[in-house]
Amino acid sequence: MIDFLREVLSYEFMRNALLDGVIVSAACGVVGTLVVLNRIVFISGGIAHAAYGGVGIAYFLGLNPVWGAVGFSLLSSLAMGYVHRKEKARADTIIGVMWALGMALGIIFVSLSPGYKADLMSYLFGSILAVSTGDLWLMAVIALVVLAFVLVFYRLLLAISFDETFSTVRNVPVGLLSMAMIVLIGLTVVISMRVVGLILVIALLTIPPAIANLYVREMRGIMVLSTGLSLLFMIAGLLVSYALNLPSGAVIILLAGLAYALAAISKGIFDKRRQIRETTAQKNDLELIR
Amino acid sequence: MERDGEAPIISLRNVWAGYDLDTVLEDVSFDLFPRDYVGLIGPNGGGKTTLIKVILGLIPPRSGSVQVMGSSAAEGRKYIGYVPQLQVSDKAFPINVWDVVSMGRIKPGFGSLRLKAEDRQRVEEALRQTGMLDLSKRSINEISGGQRQRVYIARALAAQPRILLLDEPTASVDPQASVQLYDLLARLNEEISILLISHDMTAISAYVKTIGCINRRLVYHRDKSISADMLDAGYECPVDLIAHGVPHRVLPAHDKDGERLE
Repeated sequence: MIDFLREVLSYEFMRNALLDGVIVSAACGVVGTLVVLNRIVFISGGIAHAAYGGVGIAYFLGLNPVWGAVGFSLLSSLAMGYVHRKEKARADTIIGVMWALGMALGIIFVSLSPGYKADLMSYLFGSILAVSTGDLWLMAVIALVVLAFVLVFYRLLLAISFDETFSTVRNVPVGLLSMAMIVLIGLTVVISMRVVGLILVIALLTIPPAIANLYVREMRGIMVLSTGLSLLFMIAGLLVSYALNLPSGAVIILLAGLAYALAAISKGIFDKRRQIRETTAQKNDLELIR
Repeated sequence: MERDGEAPIISLRNVWAGYDLDTVLEDVSFDLFPRDYVGLIGPNGGGKTTLIKVILGLIPPRSGSVQVMGSSAAEGRKYIGYVPQLQVSDKAFPINVWDVVSMGRIKPGFGSLRLKAEDRQRVEEALRQTGMLDLSKRSINEISGGQRQRVYIARALAAQPRILLLDEPTASVDPQASVQLYDLLARLNEEISILLISHDMTAISAYVKTIGCINRRLVYHRDKSISADMLDAGYECPVDLIAHGVPHRVLPAHDKDGERLE
């Protein structure tokens, strides 16, 4: 096992992958918690898929696709954030349309571009091993911005997530903050794109906080625990995919999904046992009184 | 309009409000003075929520004016301690009692992870006033409906309001807890004005100082008793039979059949 780890860590791409895993875990754990608690998983899926439009256009123009993804996910998060706030009744329809349009745009521009396109698959399905040191720096900077924002505005973000109306009455700039929150999702999508790909990033944003939410009853606790869980899934997934020669992104998500199922089932059993224990205790108390 | 030389805390003048093509409030005028304890009852769909939104500046009135503490609603609402109706979905949110109450201290530009000493003190005081201090570390899903309502009152109190505005405070609270809740409100009323809105007339009439009915139009004459006419007005009469556009109009101006005598 030690030898296996030493072998794995002797490669620069594996070390980069691990570093990337740490960065992505922190961003996904923190922002994913906001996504899950605000029930805006659909928006994060929309942003992630629409970002492919940017990848395609950048590729067509011969630019670094990462920058295309940054631009497009920022644009689409602003647009979807606006729709989410102003068009409440039809928001999910419009977001669904933007989701598909971005994707379609990406596919068209990629097909218009000449040459070998295998690398583009890594944006869709992830390829944590292909992360360059330059990309790593960019992602670290974006992640720091995201984390700093959440740290500074933690209490306001908690307040608008829990009770938007009350926050408005306290004259908190709810609209601005919730737009900012959706932009954070866009940035997190870009950071996570290389690890699990645009199609699967939604899982990384939702599964770890969903598991943490089963056991922890405080927002910052969920953020910390889901960061740890993300990292765990990523390292485990990376090692399994290396050992079995399977695509890393898909393996990471599969492990996370299995863990969620196990956690939810065991939580259900635990709660039921507790209910039975408490009912029995109450019955015994009653009999004692008699 | 003044009373004993005191200016009203909340003042609505000929307010019309609604959504899209639907008018929900018609020509509502209303004053709330210091140390008032007003209960407004009305059927569901009668504009209770809309009235609250107008007072809180969440929707602008179509016509008429709203003033809170002499300023616009958006400016003056910082003096209002808003206590919303309990929502089942709140229970799912992972948050403890202390953190909910500390939301009463939030203001624009305030965001740090730590609370200032003064804020902590206010939160603690509000928890003590509402009898929730011992449960402050409990999660919101581990306490009863009545306790949750107290937590929301504590959150409102933490902001040191001049007015408490309560939306259906006993809607999902058992009868015994309701009694305790109204005792608490009566104590708080020694210093703060209270405006309470509910569809349950039996629940509020015994505790409030004055009572009114709202069903699109507001019938309120700073009186304690609910007259039969008021109930008719609030619950049964077609809207156009209720007093038209005259604030504080005494309902006996209607005859028994509810015909207008103008």
